[in-house]
Amino acid sequence: MTEISSTALWTVIIGLGLGSFALRFVFIGLIGDRQMPEWALRHLRYTAVAILPGLVAPLVVWPPATGGSFDLPRVLAGIVTLAVGYVTKNVLAAIVAGAATLYALLYLLG
Amino acid sequence: MRSSASPIRQGLTDGLPFIAVVIPFGMLFGVVSAEAGLNMFEALSFSVVVIAGEAQFTALQLLTEHVPTFLVLTSALAVNLRMAMYSASLTPHVGPAPLWQRAIIAYFTIDQSYACAIAAYERNPHWTTQDKVRYFFGAVVMICPLWYVATAAGAWVGSGIPDGLALDFAVPITFIAMTGPMLRTGAHRAAALMSVVLSLTFAFLPYNLGLLVAGLGAMITGAQVELWLERRAGPTTPTPQEAK
Repeated sequence: MTEISSTALWTVIIGLGLGSFALRFVFIGLIGDRQMPEWALRHLRYTAVAILPGLVAPLVVWPPATGGSFDLPRVLAGIVTLAVGYVTKNVLAAIVAGAATLYALLYLLG
Repeated sequence: MRSSASPIRQGLTDGLPFIAVVIPFGMLFGVVSAEAGLNMFEALSFSVVVIAGEAQFTALQLLTEHVPTFLVLTSALAVNLRMAMYSASLTPHVGPAPLWQRAIIAYFTIDQSYACAIAAYERNPHWTTQDKVRYFFGAVVMICPLWYVATAAGAWVGSGIPDGLALDFAVPITFIAMTGPMLRTGAHRAAALMSVVLSLTFAFLPYNLGLLVAGLGAMITGAQVELWLERRAGPTTPTPQEAK
């Protein structure tokens, strides 16, 4: 593998930095205080529950740590975390329960 | 978890669990950078300027494969497109804040800070704009500097955290734990379910575009179910948003 050229590296660092900032700033910075239409707000209310589950679902079903093959401890840990979080509404309790499930099952099945 | 603690303290507390996420992944990025021939300053600059783990890993991987710079940028920015959705979602809450504060919030908008903030804003509808800004800063003041420090440490030490700790699963567990309490209404639950189904169905798409499809599809689902629930409940009942 040949070295990454300094020019390419810094072009990517600066370009990606500016581009990422632009994506993060586009609404918060440019719309600011102006009222958004009701239909837009109605969709935006669901942004978090629309993105976060989609972000993690593939990581639970096909964990990179196992080379993408189905892993019972990770799937069960995910289910326990969701159930505890949903019922108790306590994020920390859900994290602790999920981590305990994961470690216990990895120990028992590993 | 309605608490009387000040917004900044709540932010600090809510940010704490993410230490278990940020340290291993920051170190991993440092290690991968060192392996790709970056020095510590370059690795650290990457994390400070870009501050987006997944996009950084994508860009670095493509750089080592000597993919043309333009394609590296396009691919890594595609991975980051969800940030624009976060930006839109935060706007009704912190839009009235001064521009410099919004610029700082924009810079620090990552999955973790966004997830903490939106959950806290829904829990505390009485918060003022400044309360919301303070909460956001409280949540990032631990997470983001640790991302820089961990990157530098990984690049310097040249090795990450042992695999046996299964810290790869820290990301799913923290995000799932945050999602649980967010599933307040049928519309939220329908959106989350649609997100899972679509992200698994479209996982084959390159550059994380499957997540974008899932996000848009799930937002439409949430909005449509909300409308349907409102119509079914009749005009006198409060909307799910007002019923908090």
